[in-house]
Amino acid sequence: MTISVTEVEYVARLARLDLSAEEVVTMSGQLDRIMSYIDKLNELDTSGVIPTTHAIPTSNAFRTDTVRASLSLDQALANGPVCSAEAFKVPRVI
Amino acid sequence: MELYELSIGTLQGLLASQDVSAVELTSAVLNRIAAVEERVGAFITRADEQVMIAQAEAADIRWREGRGGLLCGIPVSLKDVLCTKGLRTTCGSRILDSFVPPYDATVSEKLKTAGAVVVGKVSMDEFAMGSSNENCAFGVPHNPWNLDHVCGGSSGGSAASVAAAEAIASVGSDTGGSIRQPASYCGVVGLKPTYGRVSRFGLVAYASSLDQLGPLTRDVTDCAIMLNVMAGYDPRDSTSVERPVPDYRTSLVAGLKGMRIGVPREYFAEGLDADVEQAVRQGIRALEGAGATVVDVSLPRTPYGVAAYYIIASAEASSNLARYDGVRYGFRDKEASALLEMYRQTRSQGFGPEVKRRIIIGTYALSSGYYDAYYKKASQVRTLIADDFRLAFADCDVLVSPVTPTPAWRLGEKLADPLSMYLSDILTIPTNLAGLPGMSVPCGFSKSGMPIGLQLQADHFAEEKLLCVAYNLEKELALPARKPAGLEDN
Repeated sequence: MTISVTEVEYVARLARLDLSAEEVVTMSGQLDRIMSYIDKLNELDTSGVIPTTHAIPTSNAFRTDTVRASLSLDQALANGPVCSAEAFKVPRVI
Repeated sequence: MELYELSIGTLQGLLASQDVSAVELTSAVLNRIAAVEERVGAFITRADEQVMIAQAEAADIRWREGRGGLLCGIPVSLKDVLCTKGLRTTCGSRILDSFVPPYDATVSEKLKTAGAVVVGKVSMDEFAMGSSNENCAFGVPHNPWNLDHVCGGSSGGSAASVAAAEAIASVGSDTGGSIRQPASYCGVVGLKPTYGRVSRFGLVAYASSLDQLGPLTRDVTDCAIMLNVMAGYDPRDSTSVERPVPDYRTSLVAGLKGMRIGVPREYFAEGLDADVEQAVRQGIRALEGAGATVVDVSLPRTPYGVAAYYIIASAEASSNLARYDGVRYGFRDKEASALLEMYRQTRSQGFGPEVKRRIIIGTYALSSGYYDAYYKKASQVRTLIADDFRLAFADCDVLVSPVTPTPAWRLGEKLADPLSMYLSDILTIPTNLAGLPGMSVPCGFSKSGMPIGLQLQADHFAEEKLLCVAYNLEKELALPARKPAGLEDN
């Protein structure tokens, strides 16, 4: 299998990553090796096998909808890189 | 022996009888850190020394009033993946360089309530992605047994801090072997509990269906003590399991009579280092000598674990790490003038190469048209791997094997080839895919003096069997007390 530079660039865009031209080339080579290794999975016949998403069988975990203390505005904003008095600020969108 | 070299079990007695105070113990650990940390590099963020002394004073009051307890006054380090209220938590990443959590993880809270003194936040591969602890934005820790060697990863700082006696015990996390592998490389005990046994609330997520927190300790008894404090249902983690927590210490003294030890032949495949094989086989003989029955078992899908893991873990990571966008916490590229540019620049500058690689693998595997070929396929193989274990546990109680195919390697040796690094986890990954408990217990040394661990795996929630076998192994082998050679002049 081969993973092209264009494919790496496309996936990087989906993942909101800007990769340098050099990173893209390195990444496509490494990815190619890794994904070729992963093709090993096709040696196993999995037709009819139910996929596992959770190793321990569980059903929906519901809790009662009760009001509890939460973070204060100041605590919630304390780690914000750029904030106003009551909100996180980001560059203009529109 | 120095105070900082003792086990929790021994220290409890000394603290309870007030022959030693928690303040004396904490000061001894602080002096030890001052003496060796420059060479080991286990810590990312040290706790404030005055805060530590205040915690130790509070512990001494508890002991005087007869309210001491399992961890009261015990200096413990925490992997920097665990949120600690008011204490910087970086996850080894530049993107969380300045993050100070406004709350404690459940496990941090439980340890503090038990009276533990938090020594600091220890090194890890960025977002727990790595097997050598070399992917860390804040320096690379060195193996106390040989400073030119890796500590293992991703909980390298946890293992190194316990091995170098900079903490009495530590908490790590294990997604594909990240507790057991560094424990093996640094000659300490490490336990990855059953998925759901310990709350993940406040654990920075890497691969949520695989992540689990566990202890790294000097000996098996300490491991049981730590698990007693850490385990239990937590309404804040809906995947934690509501079932009683036994006193794990009581399982230690049960003998091995009637215990069936399974030796999975696929774990002794080509590529296994001769010293590792010899040490593990010697451990198996010791268990047999102590009354266990040894049976041959097969886990035929073992060779497919790594491939399934890198799809599942990377897919979950690509989703979990989408939250790092520079808006609410952590690093932001403040030069960016548009929103999309800000996201991209923030993430590109904030994440290191291994994290980017896994985000790309995960995004690729989940992208349109590839889902069935990769994610679904890997999740089906996960079922087959779990089936292998189910069959094996019909024939035995505990599986015994190597933790890794080789002992710790030299720093830098595998950095250029990510796949060779991934393959070092071939014997630990299946445990996580099946959600089982697993453990690494020291069982010897390589010819060049590097520690070797023996891996134990058991069925879901069978931690007591693991600890029983581990304790008996420790007793039978009675490895001579050796100090980490890399720090010998101390």
